[in-house]
Amino acid sequence: MELKEVTKTEGTMDIQDILKPENLVYQKTKLLTDTPMHYCPGCSHGVVHKILAELIDEMGIQERSVGVAPVGCAVFAYNYIDIDWQEAAHGRAPAVATGIARVNPDAFVFTYQGDGDLASIGAAEIMHACNRGENILVVFINNGIYGMTGGQMAPTTLEGMVTATTPYGRNTDLNGYPMRITNLIAQLPGTSYVTRQAVHTAGGVRKCKRALKKAIQNVLDKKGTSFVEVVSTCNSGWKLSPVAANKWMEENMIPYYPLGDMKDSVKGEHSEN
Amino acid sequence: MARVIGAVVVDKEECKGCSVCVDACPHDVLALHFEVNSKGYHYSYMKSPEACVGCANCGVVCPDTCITVYRTKAS
Ligand SMILES: Cc1ncc(C[n+]2csc(CCOP(=O)(O)OP(=O)(O)O)c2C)c(N)n1
Ligand code: SF4
Ligand code: SF4
Ligand code: SF4
Ligand SMILES: [Mg+2]
Repeated sequence: MELKEVTKTEGTMDIQDILKPENLVYQKTKLLTDTPMHYCPGCSHGVVHKILAELIDEMGIQERSVGVAPVGCAVFAYNYIDIDWQEAAHGRAPAVATGIARVNPDAFVFTYQGDGDLASIGAAEIMHACNRGENILVVFINNGIYGMTGGQMAPTTLEGMVTATTPYGRNTDLNGYPMRITNLIAQLPGTSYVTRQAVHTAGGVRKCKRALKKAIQNVLDKKGTSFVEVVSTCNSGWKLSPVAANKWMEENMIPYYPLGDMKDSVKGEHSEN
Repeated sequence: MARVIGAVVVDKEECKGCSVCVDACPHDVLALHFEVNSKGYHYSYMKSPEACVGCANCGVVCPDTCITVYRTKAS
């Protein structure tokens, strides 16, 4: 810290008088490892990792937690959150998580998947895991693109959106429509809590954390599959600065993928709204 | 009258200069430094420390969790 003294409007206060342990209000959770994340600057993945790590710590479930990492930019998630992990083949995380959760009924098992992983190659696995009501949490990072492989169109890519494989924008006649897969999942009786969140503002991060907490609690209470979509940015794939990507997401993604809870129930009860 | 004041410490080596914290600060405390860290990123720092209220918005939005936040009351 280079700044030595701060002149506050109501008198002088040495900054060292503020930087004291008793005044600490926010710091990195110990569940995040010291390994620097490989994500591009400003990527939503880092924020979602962080709130998951905070919750696992705050809820005291580190020893019971097993994450299943995807293929996609989050493939190295196991390097960053200090819990047990299993890496799955592309799109197969819900099937792998099914096995882990069934043989370890007291574990907290979750998948962490991108939109290419979950809604494209893994569409069958996610639908059937949710339909079976597996007792897992699914964290779904919807950034509207295949980030890892260089920004190709995903099922979630918006109409008209330019990607590496849609240089003239997504054409619905050729490419079909952007898929609101979370709405489909909310229809399945196996799911308990289904919600769509975003982490582009501090308020959004706090809300998303509350939603994830409820979803984790549902898994601990064996209520069925909980599903949390996080509308996210891929500023590299979108070819925007991180701050511009957040704004673009707010103006373009959120109107098509509106935020909020879609279902709050227990498995077997068909009460999506 | 007691007034809430705050301060943040940025881990400048971990910072990737994404500017998301700068955008999230409601009091324009933060800015990217003219200098770069060893990775070549212009790191975030308190340009106007006197305006910080310790709300932690910057820390909460930072994808690389490089901000630690402190808050107290000054009279
Ligand atoms: C079987 C198989 N097919 C294709 C690929 C190539 N591949 C790697 S990541 C990826 C898509 C990732 O996109 P997404 O799931 O949206 O994750 P993001 O990187 O955007 O977070 C693809 C197609 C692969 N690794 N394995
Ligand atoms: S390519 Fe996109 S999703 Fe992947 S780390 Fe970079 S910004 Fe994030
Ligand atoms: S704690 Fe709040 S006021 Fe202080 S720098 Fe961070 S966002 Fe700005
Ligand atoms: S949000 Fe974090 S990584 Fe980005 S500029 Fe601020 S401190 Fe650096
Ligand atoms: Mg993606």
